[in-house]
Amino acid sequence: MNRSAIDLWVGIFVALGLGAILFLALKVGNLLTLDRAPGYRLEARFDNIGGLKLRAPVKAAGVVVGRVEGVRLDSQTYEAVTTLRIEREYQFTKDTIASINTSGVLGEVYVGLDAGGDPAMLKDGDRIAKTQSAMVLEKLIGQFLFDKAQESKPLQSGGTSVGGGAPQGVKK
Amino acid sequence: MSIDAAQGPSYWLRRLGGAVTGGVARVGYATRFLGAVLWHTPHAFRRIHLTLREIYFSGVLSLVIILMSGMFVGMVLSLQGYETLKRYGSDEQLGILVALALVRELAPVIAGLLFASRAGSAITAEIGLMKATEQLAAMEMMAVDPLARVVAPRFWGGVISMPLLAALFSAFGIFGGYLVGVRLIGIDEGAFWGQMQAGVDFWPDVTDGIIKSFVFGAAVSLIAVFEGYDSKPTAEGVSTATTRTVVISSLAILALDFVMTAFMFRGAA
Repeated sequence: MNRSAIDLWVGIFVALGLGAILFLALKVGNLLTLDRAPGYRLEARFDNIGGLKLRAPVKAAGVVVGRVEGVRLDSQTYEAVTTLRIEREYQFTKDTIASINTSGVLGEVYVGLDAGGDPAMLKDGDRIAKTQSAMVLEKLIGQFLFDKAQESKPLQSGGTSVGGGAPQGVKK
Repeated sequence: MSIDAAQGPSYWLRRLGGAVTGGVARVGYATRFLGAVLWHTPHAFRRIHLTLREIYFSGVLSLVIILMSGMFVGMVLSLQGYETLKRYGSDEQLGILVALALVRELAPVIAGLLFASRAGSAITAEIGLMKATEQLAAMEMMAVDPLARVVAPRFWGGVISMPLLAALFSAFGIFGGYLVGVRLIGIDEGAFWGQMQAGVDFWPDVTDGIIKSFVFGAAVSLIAVFEGYDSKPTAEGVSTATTRTVVISSLAILALDFVMTAFMFRGAA
């Protein structure tokens, strides 16, 4: 094995290795996808975003049309402000409703877009007016218990009034 | 037996003490040896052809075993992962499972173990035989420092080869997982790559793997050159040193892997 042949083989080896690292960076670890897929940005405000994370998918009719690019809190209104980057090929109507959903029981949290019938389309930087917040399980349970308590209260007070009336009736 | 019994417990105590102090002294010698190798590093890069030759022997010649193993590990991961994920109805997540398992853990560790047995043992045997046939002594007679001429290039050849081999292991493993998951089982191709890209980050997932493989490369190379350099200059001594290289490297890789994973663990968040 002379020196130039060794150089050639080592060169091939190093090139292959660096190629593998590049593959891991680009194809597996999407290091550069933000630059690679341009799109337009929409803003959506939610009362509660639940478990929504950065780079969560934005789906319309189950199809991924974009990603969540930013999440921050508006310190005036205490709303969560999310920035959605939508791929350029998809357009949405002005009256689109954005909602926060969960796919399956254990699945990831995503933003769902439901288009309406408005002929005008949302443009870059627009805000989605109608939003539906995340369903937080604890709040739902709390709401349910509260409703149950509300339901039984008039019944109970009616019961006591009846009960209060009955002794009177007995007294009569 | 009767002699041992006659010597009583103090004999065994002395032997235990000797074994412990001997072991600790050997660790100290290995550390001093590492310092000497690092001191001679400029020589390994000034005479770059020496290091390139070692990259050829430990890196290029390990390519076939690394790539084949990577493929098979990825294929098996895909089959086994699918079995489990299917129960939760989330078989679309197979891409993430294969990629994260390979990139973070399996590629550095398995490539390191293969590297230790394929290249580390060869380095130890070569240096040990050089010592047994008094080639190292002859170099010293010619005022050539064997640490600079023989040891440092082999050490750096291993340190450079190992991360590249681990990255290739990952890439071929993911390709093997793709072949089985998408082509054989029939998971949606877009979901396989899309979920993988959404779930794997270059920083820190891929970089963690690269750091690990770099550390394993340094550990295996140091153990290999040290065991060779420190071997008894006999046929038996060389064979013992070669065995020790494989055993100690494997244990070192697994122990270092646990320590580094504990450091890199980011909790439940």
